[in-house]
Amino acid sequence: MIELENVTKTYNGRSVPVHALRDVELHIAEGEFVAVTGPSGSGKSTLLTVLGAMNPPTRGQVIIDGIDIYKLPTERQADFRHEYVGFVFQQLQLLPYLTAQENILLALAISRLSKAEKRARARGALEQVGLGGKQDRLPYQLSGGEQGRVAVARAIVNQPPLLLADEPTGNLDQATGTQVLDLLRELNDAGQTVLMVTHDVRAVRYARRTVNIQDGQIVDQSANVRES
Amino acid sequence: MRLIDVILRNLRRRVGRKLLLVAGLSIGVATVVALVAITATMQADISTKLDEYGANILIVPKANDLSLSYGGVTVASAAYDVGELTLGDLEQILTIKNARNIRVVAPKLLGAVPVAERTVLVAGVRFEDELWLKQWWNVDGEEPDAPNEALVGLRLAQVLELHPGDDVRINGHAFRVAGILAENGSQDDDILFIDLAAAQQVMNKPDSVSLVEVAALCTECPIEDMVAQISGALPQARVTALRQAVTLRMETVGQLSRFALVVSLVVAVIGTLVVLTTMLGAVTERRQEIGLFRALGFRQRHVMRIILGEAILVSLGSGLLGWLLGMASAVVLAPRLVNVTAPVIWDPRLALGAIGGALLVGLLASLYPAANAARLDPTTALRSL
Repeated sequence: MIELENVTKTYNGRSVPVHALRDVELHIAEGEFVAVTGPSGSGKSTLLTVLGAMNPPTRGQVIIDGIDIYKLPTERQADFRHEYVGFVFQQLQLLPYLTAQENILLALAISRLSKAEKRARARGALEQVGLGGKQDRLPYQLSGGEQGRVAVARAIVNQPPLLLADEPTGNLDQATGTQVLDLLRELNDAGQTVLMVTHDVRAVRYARRTVNIQDGQIVDQSANVRES
Repeated sequence: MRLIDVILRNLRRRVGRKLLLVAGLSIGVATVVALVAITATMQADISTKLDEYGANILIVPKANDLSLSYGGVTVASAAYDVGELTLGDLEQILTIKNARNIRVVAPKLLGAVPVAERTVLVAGVRFEDELWLKQWWNVDGEEPDAPNEALVGLRLAQVLELHPGDDVRINGHAFRVAGILAENGSQDDDILFIDLAAAQQVMNKPDSVSLVEVAALCTECPIEDMVAQISGALPQARVTALRQAVTLRMETVGQLSRFALVVSLVVAVIGTLVVLTTMLGAVTERRQEIGLFRALGFRQRHVMRIILGEAILVSLGSGLLGWLLGMASAVVLAPRLVNVTAPVIWDPRLALGAIGGALLVGLLASLYPAANAARLDPTTALRSL
C-alpha cells in the first residue's frame, strides 16, 4: 500500500545541508501498525510529513495506493491529504474556539458531504473515541486524554486509509497517553493503517512493527509482540 | 461546519482586536462620508440659492443712449426703438453646445407706455418663465393665466390706485389686474407686467424682445463658455454673465471637493495600511491554525477564502458603521462649520460608495496577507512537526 523508494530529504541548513532522510526504503502494508522510533533529530517527523504529502522529498518516490503523490499538482496533494491521510499531532492542534464536535467537523469543512451526513459522521467519530456526550465541550473543558481522543476522532472522521500520529503521547501523562494508545490499537484492530512516530518505549509495544531511524537512515526493523 | 462557519467562529475571538480594526476603518470611512455629504449639501444649498437669485446670463441688444432701465438694459424715454432681439433669437439660444445647462429662458419686451394718463414702464413677459425665475415674488391676488391679465408692482399700483380685479387700459388695450407684487425693493415695484405677446401688440412691436434673462447657473455649468456660445449665436446681442456672490461660494465648494478627494485618498492609504498590518499580524498569529487547515487538506484557495472572508465581513461592518457615523457627523457639523441651511442629503449612492470603498480597501489590503497564509508551508506552520 505505502512504498517509499530511495527517499532522501535534505534541508538547507545555515552553514551546511542537513540530511534528514537518506535513501529510505520502506513498505507498509494495509492494516499495519508501525512505530517509527529514533533519537531527536533522526528524521522521524520528516518521514511522517513526507508520508503525509506535506513535505516533498529531495529525491525518491512516495507511492501510496499506486499514486506517486509528489507527482500530483500542489492542490491535488492537498486533496490527497484530505482523502487519504488523517493526522494526530503531538500538540493535538485543537482549535480553542471550537467545540469538540466542531473540531472534528473542521476536517469535513471542505468535503462535499451534506450537513446532516457531516454531523452524523462527527457524532460517530465521537462515539468511537468514547466521547459521545461531550460534543459541545470546548477543548479547555476536556481533560488531556479527552482532548487527545478528540484529536484522534478528527483524524479518522474522514475515514482515511492512513492514520499518521506524531508523538501522540508526547504531551500526555501516562494514564492519558495509555487511553490514546488503546484507541489507536482499537482502530488498527478494526483495519486502520497506522504509522506512529514515538520515542515512548511503552507506545512502541502497541505497534505490530518498529522501524528505527538514526541520522536519516533506517537502521533496524522488527516485528513486535503487542501488549495485551 | 463550512468555511463560513470557520470564519464566523474566528471573528468571535479576540473581539477587542477586531473592534480596533473596525474602529480604524469606520473612522476613515466616516471622515470621507462626512466630507462628501457636507460638500454635496453645500452644492445643494447653492443650487437652492441660485434658484432664488434667478437669472445669471443677461442678453441685451447692442444699443446705447437709453434712459429707462431694467435689469441692466436701458430704455430711452424719448426714443424707444432701439435695436431689439426677436423671438427667433430665443431659438438660437437653445442651439448652443451647452443648451442642456439652460434652465429657463425668460424674454422681455420693455416699453414706456401710456397708462391712465401717465407713462409707465411696461414689461411683456412669459409669466410661466418669469414666475419660475423670480421665486421671491409674492403676489397679492392671483398669478396671471390669461393673455389680458397683468401683474403690477406695488409702488406703481399705489400711484395708479390699482387693486386685484381692477381693469386697466394700457395704450388703449383692456387688461385686468390679476395681482399686485409685494414690494421687494427692486425696479419690479414700478413696473406693469403683461403677457409678452400682448405687449408686442400693445407696443406694436411684433416678434420683438428687449432683453432675455437666462437661468443657467448650476454647479456644473461652464457659464463663461455659455456666454461665449450665446454671443456666437447672437452676434447682434451683448451677453453678460451676472457675477454673484454665490459664484464665489461655488469656488469654495470646488476647493472643498478637492480637499475631500485628497483626504479620501490619504484615508484610503492609511486604512489600507491599518488593515494590512492587522491582517499580517493575524496571519502570523494563526500560523499553526493555518498549518492545521493545510494538513487537513484545505487547498490554498480555501485558506485565502477564510482570510479574505474575514476581511470582507469586517470591511462591510466598518463601511456600514462608518457611513452612519459620517452622516451623523455631517448632520451635526454642516450647519455649524460651513453655515449650510439645507438639510444634509441622505444619498444611497454615498452609502454604497462607503461600503464599497471599505470593502475594496479591506480586500486589497488583505490580499497579500491571505496569499502569504495560503503559501505557508504546513510543516513549518505546525511547529510541532
